[in-house]
Amino acid sequence: MSVAIESFVRFFYGFDRQNERFEALVPGTSSFDIAVIGAGPTGLFAVFELGLLGLKAVVIDTLDKPGGQCAELYPEKPIYDIPSWPVITGQELTNKLIEQIAPFQPHLALGRLVTHLGKRPDGRFVVHTNAGDAFDVAGVFIAAGAGSFAPRRPKLEGLEAFENRSLFYAVRNRSDFKDRDLLIVGGGDSALDWTLNMVDHAKSVTLMHRSDRFRATPASVSGMQALVAAGKVRFVEGELARLEGEGSDLSAVHIKTKSGFEALKADRVLAFFGLNIELGPIAEWGLDLADGKQIRVDTEKFQTSTPGIFAIGDINWYPGKLKLILSGFHEAALASHAAFALARPEQKLRFQYTTSSSELQTRLKVA
Amino acid sequence: MAALHVIDRTGTHHTLETVSGWRVMELLRDQNTGVEGICGGACDCASCHVIVAPEWADRLPIPGEEELFKLDELPVLEPTSRLSCQILWSDDLDGLTLTIAEAA
Repeated sequence: MSVAIESFVRFFYGFDRQNERFEALVPGTSSFDIAVIGAGPTGLFAVFELGLLGLKAVVIDTLDKPGGQCAELYPEKPIYDIPSWPVITGQELTNKLIEQIAPFQPHLALGRLVTHLGKRPDGRFVVHTNAGDAFDVAGVFIAAGAGSFAPRRPKLEGLEAFENRSLFYAVRNRSDFKDRDLLIVGGGDSALDWTLNMVDHAKSVTLMHRSDRFRATPASVSGMQALVAAGKVRFVEGELARLEGEGSDLSAVHIKTKSGFEALKADRVLAFFGLNIELGPIAEWGLDLADGKQIRVDTEKFQTSTPGIFAIGDINWYPGKLKLILSGFHEAALASHAAFALARPEQKLRFQYTTSSSELQTRLKVA
Repeated sequence: MAALHVIDRTGTHHTLETVSGWRVMELLRDQNTGVEGICGGACDCASCHVIVAPEWADRLPIPGEEELFKLDELPVLEPTSRLSCQILWSDDLDGLTLTIAEAA
């Protein structure tokens, strides 16, 4: 489509964002055949199935590593129901899938959340992320499992005003904490590692955890204890109770300890409460949902109520659905074959086996 | 049959059917009380967090280290908080009362 018609379409539909139907491509948008949302086992295996068909995928995930729940929640736990693997851990399964899809060189766009999907006049989609990038694709596979991982947030009055200004869930800029009175909350590796890291950078560091049980590497725990013993870090057992400050500037944190309430002077907080999983923006994409949680699909193509958008793995629902990794693999194969028609409308799909097809073997880089 | 009494996130009371040997999380999930059990009972997601009635707290098997660590991670915790995936139902628990914690 020419630029002139495209800008007309944008003008025509663009004046009312609620009703905007089509969007133009902005410079810097990269093109792929399929965007796979979610880098868990199902999303990774979809890359393989798409790759066999000669389709190039971009895989987008909120986590900064592939593997989804398998890598984030239970990397060390054994899984016994992956066909042909009598036992494999979540991390090993992820590693094997990464190895299996390597020949197809997928683009992994990690550490970013897909915020919305735009529709192009030619039927293609533009996938937007909170990192500001956009991917132009023929089809979208939602392989988002139970949704996206996000930091757990404390339930405190007026929290939003301080978030990402005085209270953070991760360190993006170390300078945010320079010469500040910093309170770090949590008992895991993140909390302890940042305690060690910030001790000579912040003006003061207080570590607060609910108990003296730490789920962190022993070296970090002993390092922190040494700093406490040397008087360089204060450790308190307690919980957040109230934030005090003006606008987005925190001045004090009120905490609840076993002996009562206490006010700590703090103008920065780093809170590490682990990760929560939520459906997130997917709920806003106008897809037909079952129980408000899972995306309804057909069992021929695993396509959603919007043509061109497929849902595979734990995120989808159809009669008889079983949330098993092996079901996700099957769904990925069928969705990939269905998506071929979108990405290569001029071509006829040739069904082939990896054992005998030299074309597939070439794509797999084994022939 | 032994009964499990549940107060869901909307404050509604339910008396659930129980099956010996099931995890309490599975009973809650199976009977649509709003518990997701995202990680499937691996003690890894805390989406099955419940608050047990105080009189029941000491009658349950004590939480293991993994459950305590996972509970410690949560921003809000009550003295009788438990992860329901770590409680196996048996008829000895007849009358157990718990409240489903707010989603963290």
